Amino acid sequence: MSADTATAQVDAGHHPPTNFGISNEKLGMWTFIGSECLFFGAMISTYLLYLNRTNGGPTALDIYDIPFTSASTFILLMSSLGMVLALDALQRGHMRGFRVWTLTTAMLGAVFLAGQIYEFTIFVEEGFKLETSPFSSSFFMLTGFHGIHVTLGVVMLVALWALSLGGKIGPDKSETVELVGLYWHFVDIVWIVIFTVIYLIPVG
Amino acid sequence: MSAIATPRRGLFPRPTATTGIASWLTTVDHKRIGIMYGVAALFFFVVGGLEALLIRAQLAGPNGELLSADAYNQIFTMHGLTMVFFVVMPLGAAFMNYLLPLQIGARDVAFPRINALSLWVWLAAGLFLYSAVFFDGLPNGSWVNYSPLAGQIGPDPASLTLQDAAAAHQSRMLFYSLGLQIAGVASLASAVNFITTVLNMRAPGMTLMRMPVFTWMTFVVAFLLLFAMPVIGIALWQLMFQVRFAAPFYDPTNGGDPVLWQHMFWLFGHPEVYIMILPAFGIISEILPVFTRKPLFGYTAIVFSGIAIGFMGWGVWAHHMFTAGLGPVADSAFGIATMFIAVPTGIKIFNWLGTMWGGQIRFTTPMLFSIGLVSMFTIGGLSGVTHSLVPHDTQQHDTYYIVAHFHYVLFGGALFGLFGGIYFWFPKMFGHLLNEKIGKLHFALMLIGFNLTFAPMHFLGLNGMPRRYYTYADGMGWNFWNAVVGVGAIVIAISFIVFVANVWLSRKNPAAGADPWDARSVEWLTSSPPPVHNFDEVPQVSDRDELWFRKYTQTKEAAEPVRVPAGGSTDNPGGPYGDRVSGKSAKELGIHMPDPSWFPLLLSLGMPIAAYGVFYEGATMIALLAIGGIITFGSMIGWALEPSAEDDH
Repeated sequence: MSADTATAQVDAGHHPPTNFGISNEKLGMWTFIGSECLFFGAMISTYLLYLNRTNGGPTALDIYDIPFTSASTFILLMSSLGMVLALDALQRGHMRGFRVWTLTTAMLGAVFLAGQIYEFTIFVEEGFKLETSPFSSSFFMLTGFHGIHVTLGVVMLVALWALSLGGKIGPDKSETVELVGLYWHFVDIVWIVIFTVIYLIPVG
Repeated sequence: MSAIATPRRGLFPRPTATTGIASWLTTVDHKRIGIMYGVAALFFFVVGGLEALLIRAQLAGPNGELLSADAYNQIFTMHGLTMVFFVVMPLGAAFMNYLLPLQIGARDVAFPRINALSLWVWLAAGLFLYSAVFFDGLPNGSWVNYSPLAGQIGPDPASLTLQDAAAAHQSRMLFYSLGLQIAGVASLASAVNFITTVLNMRAPGMTLMRMPVFTWMTFVVAFLLLFAMPVIGIALWQLMFQVRFAAPFYDPTNGGDPVLWQHMFWLFGHPEVYIMILPAFGIISEILPVFTRKPLFGYTAIVFSGIAIGFMGWGVWAHHMFTAGLGPVADSAFGIATMFIAVPTGIKIFNWLGTMWGGQIRFTTPMLFSIGLVSMFTIGGLSGVTHSLVPHDTQQHDTYYIVAHFHYVLFGGALFGLFGGIYFWFPKMFGHLLNEKIGKLHFALMLIGFNLTFAPMHFLGLNGMPRRYYTYADGMGWNFWNAVVGVGAIVIAISFIVFVANVWLSRKNPAAGADPWDARSVEWLTSSPPPVHNFDEVPQVSDRDELWFRKYTQTKEAAEPVRVPAGGSTDNPGGPYGDRVSGKSAKELGIHMPDPSWFPLLLSLGMPIAAYGVFYEGATMIALLAIGGIITFGSMIGWALEPSAEDDH
């Protein structure tokens, strides 16, 4: 029921009801996420194929700092909780809560990104560069493109926060926030897969 | 409301013109976008056709000296890229854009501005790719661009100065990887748009199994694009990192695997051939019932075989790689899968024959092109099945037999269907018919020229003539058939001139009316050309051949369907109302239509500018990337905050 009323509020005077029962924007976002699965799938496949092609350079066992990455993974996953709380606050009309949780989510994402930049810097110093081996190339491409996705998410979250200051985001726009949330959760879930594949699967 | 006195601030005032060049540049109307796709694709068709003529002139006799080996490599590569990405795909997209909302009874697509974005980004990609001619030449690694050839052309990119980078040989493959990457963005955006439109925007009563077959094929193609584009996207990124930043993805001397490129390319490339052919299948599934005055035979079978092709298209890619050494198990599996995928295609062929069987056939130009598709595609399909036999394919790999096969399916299949579609929907798009006599001349010349060009390639291929070679020696036994192929290419060129002449000579033809062909689906309900809002009132759909059942009723006494009086009857209260479109604008009717916008065009400029940055080093690279990025993301922000022109809600 609540979903129906929320849609009705958003769509009031804008769009006729849709065949599928959810708005075009949300259906489009789900469709796009379906496409993203293959985007990351292709990179994960490449990574697995090249796992042992190290050209005599550093191997996975040599360079990965699993406790450090586990911590940043935890931070990223907690940001999804912040996203949920932000949306919930907005839907209940608590603008202050919305702003706090949106910024918190963005901050947690930024901390994750800082950790990734730190990790990349250390790796390059240790001689593990993009051009070192097929293994290093596929590692940097996979985690790098994930980092770009997180960056875009942080930009969107900060934009939502800024728009809410100007009064342009209110409970009537909760679906916009929900869409950003869908994207953000997807980027987190992809990281769970990437983290498992890269850091938890033992090298053979 | 004081909307006009104090409009909300945007970066630009929201454009409101409905005529003139600015109205086309800012349009979000799916019909105008479709027309622009079509016109641009036909322009690229001329370019790709001239490239084909150069190829055939070079090969018309032995030891041809018209083109150098390097020029030949560039020209055959660009011929393939142009025809695939800038002719057949966008011509299909032109029909999808124009027809999809009309066929499902919608006023526009789900995301009109994203639709405009797809057009401009695609066009920017085409111009970007061809701008390589101003640098150090066009891409020359063939459209499949296999490694290590793709990665080995050029010096170490890290040592390049600014001038060297632009002049370096490797820049050609950067144009390939970045140009197709940008085109892929356009396809992906279209895919999201069309899927959402089909699922969400259908008129009341338009259930999925009442949708016209063209709409169904659009839906399947959109899913193929949605899942194929990210795969080739990753492969193109990897290629870019290899040729520009020395990441050894496909470099066997540094541990990379060139076969990975082949897998990624064909995992995209095989669905891609269905992306090209399924719109044509959809088009003739619309045309054949109209000109046989029968419902489509086996609608359900055609729809489900289209879906089956969409699924199975993902499981056959390695039949392009039987000579790559995948091993007997993989080769056998993909050979069998390839035989299987011929089954749903065969179902469609028999359904089209069943549609024509016993019908009152009218041999109009669209009908002739449709029959041309059925017959020519069948030849190409049969030679395709021969490739599923691994030993046979190993023998024919990289010969002209392959070239003959894929031209029979893509030219004899896709292009025949697309030209049939142009003749069929031209009156809907522009309000008047094309000349039938000249149209039939066009068809006859194209059919003769096509077969003269591509049938002899079977013989050349079986005689061992390899594809992609820029010349051949005398005394190989290839002279005669190559000369015939050259003549055929000229006949095809003449047929296209006849088509252009037809468009020009028909420009003063009398108005065609809403339904000149006595057609069956709802796009013929509305006026020709349709108003911006498509339908004054959204049609209530109660049948698969909705318009037919508004026009005709079946009585027990007469074998023939009986015409319902214009304006409808008590049985069919709607009646065909195309001639009764009021001529009022959407605003007068109280219909809210999306406003035009500058942002799709502006956003599309950002990506090529950023892409040029990759060719340079240091400050220039960063500056170009920054400018492109600012234009792209700035447009996105402007786009998101854009107010509507009439600030009414």
